[in-house]
Amino acid sequence: MKLDVRMPIGLFFVLVGALLTVYGAVTLHEPGASPTGVPIDLVWGAVLLAFGIVMVTLARRARRLGV
Amino acid sequence: MTHVAGIDYAVMGLYSAFVLGIGVLLRRSVRTSEDFFLSGRAIPAWVTGLAFLSANLGAQEVIGMGASGAKYGIATSHFYWIGAIPAMVFIGLFMMPFYYGSRARSVPEYLKLRFDEKTRALNAVSFATMTVFSSGISLYAMGKLLHLLLGWSFDASILVAAGVVLAYIFLGGLTSAIYNEVLQFFLIVFGFAPLVFLGLRAVGGWPGLSARLATVAAANGYAPGAYTRSWAFMGHAAHNPVGVEWFGLVMGLGFVLSFGYWCTDFLVVQRAMAANSMTAARRTPLIAALPKMLFPFLVIFPGMIALVVTPPAASRAPSAQVAPAPGAAVTVTATATAAAAAPAGVVPPKLDPRTGAPLRDARGRVVLDYDLATPMLLLNFFPAGLLGLGLTALLASFMSGMAGNVTAFNTVWTYDLYQSYVRPGAPDAHYLAMGRIATVAGIAISIAAAYVAASFNNIMDFLQLVFAFVNAPLFATFALGMFWKRATGHGAFAGLVAGTLAAAVHHGLSLPAGASVGVKGGYLGVLATFPSELAQTFWTAIVAWVTCFLVTILVSLATRPRPEAELGGLVYGLTEKPRDAVAHWYERPVALAAVVLGLTVLLNVVFF
Repeated sequence: MKLDVRMPIGLFFVLVGALLTVYGAVTLHEPGASPTGVPIDLVWGAVLLAFGIVMVTLARRARRLGV
Repeated sequence: MTHVAGIDYAVMGLYSAFVLGIGVLLRRSVRTSEDFFLSGRAIPAWVTGLAFLSANLGAQEVIGMGASGAKYGIATSHFYWIGAIPAMVFIGLFMMPFYYGSRARSVPEYLKLRFDEKTRALNAVSFATMTVFSSGISLYAMGKLLHLLLGWSFDASILVAAGVVLAYIFLGGLTSAIYNEVLQFFLIVFGFAPLVFLGLRAVGGWPGLSARLATVAAANGYAPGAYTRSWAFMGHAAHNPVGVEWFGLVMGLGFVLSFGYWCTDFLVVQRAMAANSMTAARRTPLIAALPKMLFPFLVIFPGMIALVVTPPAASRAPSAQVAPAPGAAVTVTATATAAAAAPAGVVPPKLDPRTGAPLRDARGRVVLDYDLATPMLLLNFFPAGLLGLGLTALLASFMSGMAGNVTAFNTVWTYDLYQSYVRPGAPDAHYLAMGRIATVAGIAISIAAAYVAASFNNIMDFLQLVFAFVNAPLFATFALGMFWKRATGHGAFAGLVAGTLAAAVHHGLSLPAGASVGVKGGYLGVLATFPSELAQTFWTAIVAWVTCFLVTILVSLATRPRPEAELGGLVYGLTEKPRDAVAHWYERPVALAAVVLGLTVLLNVVFF
């Protein structure tokens, strides 16, 4: 069976999301970490992580159902 | 120059590892030439749909549309809402049954089936040449941008990017390119969405952006809404920054250029041909149209914001050192600070490569480097971490555009030129091997073209001009071929040649206001002057299309048509209408097309 494209996309965003979330949390109070006043690394990292999890879940579900 | 942190490199490294990994994983599924060039026609519609969109999402889109946003404002959305969506709906509903149903393996091959060998050869040679040079121009733009903004080596940037694209296409063929285009699509969306959010927040949302752009409009002699309303000032070319009136816009961009690109360019059509059924192939451009209509918010807004935003105090790029462009006559390091370009937000001035001083126009105003609008916004608003994501999104756009060109090139070269004229009748494995060789050759020529562009910028301008002449009449040939059974091969060939010549003559006899005679036109004498370069381009396309249309009809009527029995599956009226075996109403191409068109009309009304 061919690779389900949602799996590598999901894994990529899980990893990048986790990386940004952790980095955003660690550097939260460092100068220059939030030039606009929004802790954007932390927020956007979480968004990417959630998207990645959804993609991986969809790919796993499709595999389980054989579609 | 902006410092790129370790976390930013980590995101870029992760991306490279994933795109290469996808190529490696897909290597096993490539057994035949059809697997390599057409993905075995086994990909679901949502994947081919996003790839259809992403293959077109090259540097031109992300950087170019941001630049146009800064230059023309929301009117740039015409390139989407008029210049793409209607054509995408048309190809999905009316043309895909012939491309997919004829089992042609490429667009030039459809021309051979419908017309004759010489029409196919003309299209195949011009298309193959255009794709590798376009890929080279894109590569050059990427190397130049990364050098300018980040100080990266021009050579290393283009070699690494080209090497990654080569590896994943070489291994997994079109499937690998398509899968990576889907990843690149999401990356571009997630990379640019926070930029628009932060940028809009900084200018006070849409009302704040409108108010600030009204000041810019007044300074440039336009009505206050000229940069924020897409149709209201299209009544006269002098009343809008695009310099085009509604008829030239609708006919030139909305009809000739848009349908010529979206309905005939193999680069995008190839993605739909890889779909797993006729219905999936027809839905491919319609699915692509849904995100496409929202892309103005993602790629045009950053340019508009960059023109008027005040950079944040804690910005990482308060004084972006702009390094000299590769190939510049004299080495200059100029400082394009946000302060120096204060009235233009974060868009730096264009610098004279000889003196390093900002360039000024005939009225003494500083000329802005609009191509840097989006990248400068990125550097000013993204902290370390997110900057890595933004830069990766930029790299992804360059790579997806390049991969689209290279996969289209290797297919047209192998099937339409090599198999047809050099070595017909060889075993399939031979053509699969040739596809891989063509991939390496296509990338090598792209790299060479990038260096040519770096050394002789005018040659590339000239080549792009020739490409425009060749492309402009194409849709007339396809429309007549698909919808008029009387059209003949001699008619199509004569129409294409006449249309291209008409484009060259029209361009040679006209000039945009303020331009000098040369690559901008007027080389045959100046009979007409257009208010802007875009107006000249649109009218050149209209002249080429009409000429091709009329000449094809006249020559067809004077030559012998093919028997109707040979045209089944190739011409409307002689082909059975496709039936859609779908579970839900919204999966039907017609229903999807109605939704797409309805939403497009709504967007035009909202930003009227």
